[in-house]
Amino acid sequence: MRLMRQLLVMAALLPGLAFAQAPIKVGIANDLSGPFAALGAEARDGFNLAIKQLGGKLGGKPAEFLQTDMGGNPDQARQLVNRYIQRDKIDFFTGPIGSNVALAVGPVLFAAKIPYLSNNPGPSQFAGAQCNDYWFGVSYQNDAFHEAAGKVAADRGYKKMVIMAPDYPAGKDALNGFKRGFKNAVGQEIYTKLGQIDYAAELAQLRDAKPDAVYIFLPGGMGINFIKQFVSAGLNQSIKLVGPGFSADEDVIRAVGEPMLGMFNTAQWAHDLDNQQNKKFVEAFRKEYKNRTPSVYAAQAYDVIMAIDAAVKATDGKVSDRAAVLVALKKADFASVRGPFKYGANNFPIQPYYVRVIEKAPDGQITNKLVGKVFESYQDVYVGECKK
Amino acid sequence: MSTTLIAEQLLNGLQFGLMLFLIAAGLTLVFGILDILNVAHGSLYMAGAYVAAQTMQVTDSFLAAVIVAAVVTGAVGLVLELVLIRRLVVRDHLAQVLGTFAIILIANDVVKMIWGPAPMMMSMPPALSGPVQLLPELLYPAYRLLIIAVGLAAALGLYLFVTRTRAGVLVRAGASNRQMATLMGVRVPLLFLGVFVLGAMLAALAGALLGPVTAIQTGMGEQILILVLVCIVIGGIGSIRGAFVGALLVGFVDTAGRAFLPALLKLFFSPAVASSVGPTLAALSIYILMAVVLVFRPSGLFPARG
Amino acid sequence: MQEATNSSVWRSMAPTLLGLLLLLVFPLVAPALNLEFYVSFVRRVLIFALAATSLNFILGYGGMVALGHAAFFGAGAYVAAILSVQGISQALVAWPAAIAVAGALAFVIGIISLRTRGVYFIMITLAFAQMVFYLFISLRQYGGEDGISLSSPAQFPGLNLADDKTFYYVVLVIVVTCIWWLNRLIQARFGQALQGIRENEARMEALGYPVFRIKLLAFVIAGAMAGLAGALLAQHNQFVSPSLMHWTASANLIIMVIVGGIGLRYGGLVGAAVMLWLEEVLRLYTDYWHLPLGVLLLAIVLFAPRGLAGIWDSVSSRRRANTVKQERV
Repeated sequence: MRLMRQLLVMAALLPGLAFAQAPIKVGIANDLSGPFAALGAEARDGFNLAIKQLGGKLGGKPAEFLQTDMGGNPDQARQLVNRYIQRDKIDFFTGPIGSNVALAVGPVLFAAKIPYLSNNPGPSQFAGAQCNDYWFGVSYQNDAFHEAAGKVAADRGYKKMVIMAPDYPAGKDALNGFKRGFKNAVGQEIYTKLGQIDYAAELAQLRDAKPDAVYIFLPGGMGINFIKQFVSAGLNQSIKLVGPGFSADEDVIRAVGEPMLGMFNTAQWAHDLDNQQNKKFVEAFRKEYKNRTPSVYAAQAYDVIMAIDAAVKATDGKVSDRAAVLVALKKADFASVRGPFKYGANNFPIQPYYVRVIEKAPDGQITNKLVGKVFESYQDVYVGECKK
Repeated sequence: MSTTLIAEQLLNGLQFGLMLFLIAAGLTLVFGILDILNVAHGSLYMAGAYVAAQTMQVTDSFLAAVIVAAVVTGAVGLVLELVLIRRLVVRDHLAQVLGTFAIILIANDVVKMIWGPAPMMMSMPPALSGPVQLLPELLYPAYRLLIIAVGLAAALGLYLFVTRTRAGVLVRAGASNRQMATLMGVRVPLLFLGVFVLGAMLAALAGALLGPVTAIQTGMGEQILILVLVCIVIGGIGSIRGAFVGALLVGFVDTAGRAFLPALLKLFFSPAVASSVGPTLAALSIYILMAVVLVFRPSGLFPARG
Repeated sequence: MQEATNSSVWRSMAPTLLGLLLLLVFPLVAPALNLEFYVSFVRRVLIFALAATSLNFILGYGGMVALGHAAFFGAGAYVAAILSVQGISQALVAWPAAIAVAGALAFVIGIISLRTRGVYFIMITLAFAQMVFYLFISLRQYGGEDGISLSSPAQFPGLNLADDKTFYYVVLVIVVTCIWWLNRLIQARFGQALQGIRENEARMEALGYPVFRIKLLAFVIAGAMAGLAGALLAQHNQFVSPSLMHWTASANLIIMVIVGGIGLRYGGLVGAAVMLWLEEVLRLYTDYWHLPLGVLLLAIVLFAPRGLAGIWDSVSSRRRANTVKQERV
C-alpha cells in the first residue's frame, strides 16, 4: 500500500519534474577556424565568462549552452543552425562574427521563431528592408563605426582625406558610411584586394596624395599588414591614421604593438568606459584570462548572454512563449557594459559612440584610451526602410 | 602622376616580386629536383614566421630570430622529408598535392594549439623601422630595401650554388636524369634530403623576413602560396631563373595593376565604373597574366626539363 | 555454373540495392527515430555526392586533375539564386539554366586549360577558379562576399519543394539518375576512350582518337553536372555565397573523391558521405577538427590510395576469388 502511494505520488510529480528540468537552450555558432578565428576566440571568451558568472543558468533556471565551431563558412553555419533548430531545439541563437554568416542563417532562425541576438555583425539588410522581430542587433549597426569616424575626422579639421577599404560590399558600405559622417568631399577612395598582403602600391599613392589623414577599413590580418607597412614607410609622421574600432582593438594591438600609437578609432565601447558593470566586467575578464584586456568582441559577447539572462528572468523562464520573450528582449533591461541603451524600431541600438586613441598606459601597456564622445545617441540610417 | 610616384611604384613592384621569389625559390627547387609539388611549402613559411616572432619576443634580436627560424624549420623539413616526402616522391602529382595538403591541415591546427588563434606580433628591428631618402622627393622604407637586398642576394647565391659549386652540379644532375646520376655514384636520396631542407630553410627565411610587415596567423601560408604558385607556373616549374622572372613579373603586374589601373580606367570610363571595375581587374590581373603565358607557352617561360 | 554466375551478380549488386533501399526509406522512419534533422543532412550529402561524382568522372576516369571544380558548382548555385532574385523560381527553368551556364563555363575554361599538361593543368584550373571567385565577390548587386538569399523556394509542377521530404526525394531521384547515367557513360565507348586517354594519351592519339575533343566533352559534362549540384544546393540552403567557389571548396571535393575511391563507381558518394559526416561529428568533440581530417587524408594517400571504396572492392574481390577457387576445386 505504501509502495503504491509512493508510486502514485511520483507519477503525479513526474510531468512537473519533466517541465521543471527542461533546460533553456542557447545555440552558439563559434567562429574559431576561419578568417575571423582570432575574433571568434575573443567572443568565445566573452561568452564563457558570462556563462561562468551566471553559474550556467539563465534567469536562475537551468540552461544549456551549445557551442560548435563553423569556421566562418556560411554553408557550414547553415548546416549547424539546421541541427540546432531541428535536433537540439534551441531557444536562442548567437555567435557568428561575419555579416555574411549572419545573412545566411538569419532567415532560417526567423522562420523558426528563434531570437537571434547578434554579438557582432549588424548588416544593413537587417536594419532596413529585411528587418525582423526576431533579430536583435545587440552590438551595433555596421555603418555606425564608420560614420562616427567620419565625424571625428571632420571635427578634428582634417580637410584632405584618403579612404581605403577592400573591394567587397562591406568595404564599400564602410566608405559610404564614412563619407556620410565626414560630410565634405573626400580626396581619394582606394579599393584594395580582399586578403591583400602587400600595400606598397597603395602607400605610394598615399604619399603622393599628401592627405591630412587616411581612414582605413581593413579587418583582420589586412589591417595588421597595412599598419605595419604604413609605419615602416614613415607615413605616420605626416599622415594621421583613423579607423573603426574593430581595426584598432586589443587583438590588432597585440599583433602590431608600438607602430599603432596615435591611431584614432571609434566604437560604442571602450574598456575604460566609466560605469559599474564595465568595471566589473573588465576586472573579471583580466582575472579569468591571465591579465588580458578584453576587446570589443569579448564585451559584445558578454552583453549578449546577459541580455538573454535578463529576458529569461523577465519571462520567468517561460521561453516557449516567444511573444513574451521578444517583448522582454526589446526592453533591453539589463546592465550592459556600454551603459544603458535602447533599441530603435528595427531592433538596432540607439547609443553613444566614442572616439578612442591608442596610447601607452602608465604601466607600459599599449591600449586604447577613451578620448571623447562622437555621437550622443546615434541611430542607423536604415531604420526608415524597415517596415514591419 | 609624378615621376617620383612612378619610381616608387617600380621599386614596389621589384620589392614585391623579390618577396615572392624568396618563397618561390624553395618551392621550385624542390619541384625541379624531387619532382614533387609541395603545397605545404606555405606551412614551412608560416612555421618560419612563427618561430621568428617567438624568438624575437624572447631575445629582441632580429638576427637571432632569422637564424633560429631557419634552423628549426630546417629541422622540421628534415623530419618531414624522411617521414613523408620520400614516400610521395614516387607517387603521381595528385597524391603529392593531397598528401602535402594534409600537412597544411595538420600544421594549421598544430600552430593554433601552440600559439593560439590570435595573430602573433613581430616587431621590426628599430634600425630599419623608418624610411630612407633615396631621391630628393622619394622616401622609401628601409625595411623594404632590406627585402630587396636579401632577395637579390638569395637569387645570386642560388645561381652560384647551382652553376659553380660541386653540390650544385650534383643537384642539376639529379634533376635532369635521376637514374644516370645514381649510376654515376650520386647518392640521390641524400641529395633529395639536402635540397628539401634547403627549400625549407629558404621558406623560413622568407617567413622571418616578412614577419614584421605581414600578419602572422594561421592560414598565412595558403594566402601567399597561391601567388607563389602563379609565379613558378609562369616562370616554368623547376627553374630558379624561371622563378625569378616569374616572381618579378607577378610583382610588377600586380603592383602596376593596383597603382595605375584605376587611374587609367578613369581616362576612358566614368569614375563610378572605374572605381568598381578597376580593383576587380587589378585583382584578376596576375591570373590573366598566367593564363596568357600558358596559352603561348604551356610549360612556362623557362621550363627546367625539356 | 549458370546459377553461380547469377547469384554472384546478385551478390555484387546487393550492396547497391541495399543502399538505395535505405536511402528511400530513411525519411519515412526518421521522425520515429528522432532523426528528422538528418533528413536534410543526408540530402546535403547526396548533393555533394553528385558534385564529387562529377569530379571523379574527369579525375578518376579521365586522369584530369582539376583543382577548380568548385567554380562550376558555385556558378550553378549562383544561377539558381540570381534567377530567383529576379523573380524566376521555376525549377524547370532555373536548374537547366544552371546546367547550361556551368557547362558553358566549363567549355571556356576547358578549351584553354586542356592545352596544358600535368601540374600546369592543375595550376591553370586553380587560377580560373580564383578568377571566378574574385569576380563574384566584387559583384555588388549579387551580394558580393555577403552572398544572397533566394527569394523563395523553387517551384516544381505538382510538388512542394519547400517540404523537406519532398525535396529529399527529388534530390535522390536526380542524384541516382545522374550517377547511373555516368556509370553507363563510363562503360560505353566514350568512357572507355576516356580511360584509354588516361592510361596513355599518346597511344590514343596515334590510334586516331580525337583526344582533345573527348577530354573537353568530359570536362563539360562534369562541369554541367556540378552546376546542377550547385543549383540543388542553392535550393537546399536557400542561400549562396562566394565561399562555395573558394579554392578550399575545390580541394574539399578532391578530398572527397580520394577518400571515397578515385576512379571507382561510388567513390564520390562514399567520399561525400564520409567527409561530411566526419566534419559534423569531429566538430562536436574538438575545435581542432582539421587535424584528424588531415591525418585521415594522409593515411588514405599513403596506405589506401584507392580510397575507402577501394578497400571494400579489394575485400570483396578477394572473397570472390576465394569462392571461385573453391568452385574450381
